[in-house]
Amino acid sequence: MAIRAQPLTLLQWTGAVMAALVFLAITAPLAAVAWRAEETSVLGAADWSAIRFTVSQAAISAFLSVVLAIPVARALARQRFAGRGLVVALMGAPFLLPVIVAILGLLAVFGRNGWVNAGLGLLGLPPLEIYGMHGVVLAHVFFNLPLAVRLLLQGWMSIPSERFRLAVALGFSNANMRQHFEWPLLRMMVPGVFLVIFLICSTSFAVALTLGGGPRATTVELAIYQAFRFDFDLGRAALLGLVQVAICAFAAVAVLGVAVPQVLGAGLDRAPVMWPEAHRHRFIDGAAVLSAALFLMMPMIALGLRGVPALPTLPAVAWEAAGRSVVLSFATAVVAVAMALPLAALIARGRARSILELVGSLSIAVSPLVVGTGLFLLLFPVVNPTLLAIPVTGLVNALAALPFLLRALVPAITEAELTQGRLATALGMRGWPRFRIAILPRLRRPLGFGAGLAAALSMGDLGVIALFSAPSQGTLPLEMYRLMGAYRTDDAQGAALLLLLLSLGIFWLFDRGGRLHAAT
Amino acid sequence: MNQTSIIAAGMTFMAGAAFADLPVLSVYTYDSFTSDWGPGPAIEAAFEQTCECDLQFVGAGDGAALLARIRLEGQRSDADVVLGLDTNLTAAAVDTGLFVPHGLETPGLTLPIAWDDEVFLPFDWGYFAFVHNADMENVPRSFVELAESDARIIIQDPRSSTPGLGLLMWIEAAYGQGAPAIWEGLADNIVTVTPGWSEAYGLFLEGEADMVLSYTTSPAYHLIAEEDASKAAAPFTEGHYLQVEVAGILGSSDQPDLAQDFLRFMLTPDFQQVIPTTNWMYPAALPAEMLPSGFETLIEPDTALLLSPQDAARLRDEALAAWQSALSR
Repeated sequence: MAIRAQPLTLLQWTGAVMAALVFLAITAPLAAVAWRAEETSVLGAADWSAIRFTVSQAAISAFLSVVLAIPVARALARQRFAGRGLVVALMGAPFLLPVIVAILGLLAVFGRNGWVNAGLGLLGLPPLEIYGMHGVVLAHVFFNLPLAVRLLLQGWMSIPSERFRLAVALGFSNANMRQHFEWPLLRMMVPGVFLVIFLICSTSFAVALTLGGGPRATTVELAIYQAFRFDFDLGRAALLGLVQVAICAFAAVAVLGVAVPQVLGAGLDRAPVMWPEAHRHRFIDGAAVLSAALFLMMPMIALGLRGVPALPTLPAVAWEAAGRSVVLSFATAVVAVAMALPLAALIARGRARSILELVGSLSIAVSPLVVGTGLFLLLFPVVNPTLLAIPVTGLVNALAALPFLLRALVPAITEAELTQGRLATALGMRGWPRFRIAILPRLRRPLGFGAGLAAALSMGDLGVIALFSAPSQGTLPLEMYRLMGAYRTDDAQGAALLLLLLSLGIFWLFDRGGRLHAAT
Repeated sequence: MNQTSIIAAGMTFMAGAAFADLPVLSVYTYDSFTSDWGPGPAIEAAFEQTCECDLQFVGAGDGAALLARIRLEGQRSDADVVLGLDTNLTAAAVDTGLFVPHGLETPGLTLPIAWDDEVFLPFDWGYFAFVHNADMENVPRSFVELAESDARIIIQDPRSSTPGLGLLMWIEAAYGQGAPAIWEGLADNIVTVTPGWSEAYGLFLEGEADMVLSYTTSPAYHLIAEEDASKAAAPFTEGHYLQVEVAGILGSSDQPDLAQDFLRFMLTPDFQQVIPTTNWMYPAALPAEMLPSGFETLIEPDTALLLSPQDAARLRDEALAAWQSALSR
C-alpha cells in the first residue's frame, strides 16, 4: 500500500520514541524490583490457581461486557431520542469510580439490604447473595459495560453519513446493514475492546477479593500484595509482575490477531442521517438502552442519595483535595494525548502493529503495586519520593489511560489513512500538514472522548505511589479513603459523590468538546 | 484565589526560612496517623512547642507498607523514628538490623501486659473485637459460639491488612493446634474478606453483615463523635488479642538525641491525650481516669492475649496456610 512505502514522518518518529518511553516506564520499575530481590522465586501451586482464577474471571467479565454492550451501542447509534446525550454521558461514570465507592453503590442495590433484595422480599422470594464469582463478574460488567458501549459507539459513529445516504437510497434492509456496516465494524472493534477490558479485569484485586467472598478469589494482584507486604519477597513480586506481562502478551497476540482493519468508506464529515428504518427497531433498542441505563444508574443514584446530605458539611480538606485533583486530571489528559497521538499514528501505519499495541496495553496489565514499588526504588536515591507523589501519580495515570486512547484513536486514524490518506499523499502532502489537514479533523471525536477518559480516570485513581508514600496534601480519592479510615463514613460518601460529579463533569466537558464540530 | 495562593506561597517560604536553622526530625508513620483526622497535626504542634525542632510526619500506607518502605530505603533512609508498627511486625523489623535500642525507662505504661522491649516503645493499644449493632440478638460469646451460630461476619485479609493478621494471631493464641478447626467452623459465617479495615467497616455499616472485625474501642467513636450508642463490641470468653502499636529509632538517624526526646515525649500526657479521640485506641501511658468520657462504657476483656513478636513471626506462615485452606473450600 502507498502509505507503507512512505518513510516515517516526524510524528511517527515521535510515536516510536513514545513507545520506547512507555515500554521503559513499565519495564524499568519491574526490573528495579527484580534487581533488589535477594533470591529468585518459582511459581507454586497457589500461584497457578491465582493465575487460573485471574484469567477466567477476566475472560468472563470481558466477554459479557462486550456482548452486552453491542445491542446498547447499536441502539444508541441508530436511535435519536430525548435524553440520548445524557445517557451517553452517564455511560462515562462507572469506570471512573474508585473501587470501594463502586462496591458500596452496587451493594446498595444488590447487597443484603439492597433494593433488589427488598423487592424480592416483598414478593416473598429468597434473597440473592452477591458474594461469589457472579458478584465479581457483576461488578466488572458494571465497571466495563459502559466503557465497551462508548468504544463501540465510537466505531458506529465513524461510519460516514454519505454511506448511510447511499444505503437509504438503495433501500438497504436490516440484513444488508448488518452485512455491509455492522459486521465489518464489529470485526474491527470488538477484539481490541475485549482486550482492554480483559486486561483491566486481570489486575483487579479489591473487587475480586471483596465480592469474591474470600481467599478462593485470590488474583495475581493479591498474590503480589502478599509477596510484598506479608513476605517482603521482592523476587516473587517481580516474578508475579512478569506473569501479568505474560498474560497481557498472550491475550494481545491471541485477540488482536483476529482484528481486521476495515474500510467503511470515505465521507465529507456531514451531519449524520437517520439509520434506515430506525423506527422498526424502536422496541428492541429501547429495551437495550433502558435495561443498561437501569443497571448502571441504580448504584449511582444510591451513591447520590447517600452523598447529598454530607455535601454541604464536607470538610475543607476535601474541597482543597478536589481542587488538586481537577488540576491533576487536566495535566494527565494533556500528557496522555501527547503520548497517544504519535503512538496511534505509528500503530496505524501498520508495521509491527501487534508489538506496539502490546506496549500500549502494558500499562493497565501490570500491577500498580509493582510499578509503584519500582518507581519508588528508582526515585528514592535521587529525590524524596513523597514530594514527587502527585506528579508521578499524574504520569502513571496518563500511562494507564493510554490503552483507552489508543483503542479510540487507532481505528479512527487507520480509517482516515485508508480513505483521506491516499488522496493527501497523491496531492503531495507530507508530514505535519498532511496529518493536520487530512487526518486530525477526523480524530476530534475519539480525541475528545479519550482525553476526557484520561482526565476522569485520573480523578478517580488513588495513585500508585500513595500505596506507601502518600503526599500529605492528597488528591480527592486519597482524602476519601482517609475519611473512611477515620470512621467518617458520611463525609466519605459526600466526598465520593463530589468525586463522581467532578469526574463526570470533566469527562463530559472533553467529550462534548470533541463532538461539537462533528455534530454540525 | 490568585492572591491567596501568592500569599500562601509567601507564607510557606517564610515558614521555610524560619525553620531553616532548626533540626528536622523525620517520623515515618502510617497514613491515617498524619491525616487531618488523625493524631499527627496536634502532636506535631505540641512537640514543636518544646523541641526547638521541625517535626515532619511522613505517611506511608499502613503498618505493613511502612515496614516495607523502611526495608526499601535501608541505611539511606531519611527517617529518624518509625511510628506505627505493631507487635506482629516488630520481629521482622528487628531482623532488618536498622533499629537501635531506645534506652528509656518506662515506668508509667498503662498496657494490660508487661512491656520489656529494648527496641520498641508502645504509644497506643487496643483489643480486637467483633463489633455489632447493639440490638443484635444472641450475640456470640466465643469463637466456638460464633462458628455454631448463623451470624454473618466480615473480616479482613491477613495478607493485605493488619487487623486481618491480628485475627489470625488471635485465633492462633487462643487455640494453637485447634486453630484450623475454628477457621473451618467460621468459614460459613464469613460473608466476605476485604483488603482492608475501611472496606470491611464500610460494608458492615451498609448492613452486609451482623458483625465486623474491628476494635473494642470502635463503639466509642460512634458514641463520642456521632452521639450514637447503637454499636457494641462482643466480649469473647477466650480473651481478646491485643494490638500494641509501637515506635522505634533508626540507627541511621542523624538526630538520635532528638529521636529519643520524641519517644520520651510520646509517653507524656501531651501526646497520649490526643490518641483516644483521633486514633480511637487506648493510650499506652495514660491513667484510666484521664480517658475521655464515653470510654468507660466500653467492654473490658478479662484476658488479654498477645503472642510474643518472635512467636507471631514464627507461627505466621503456618497460620496463614491453615486460614487459606479452611476458607478456600
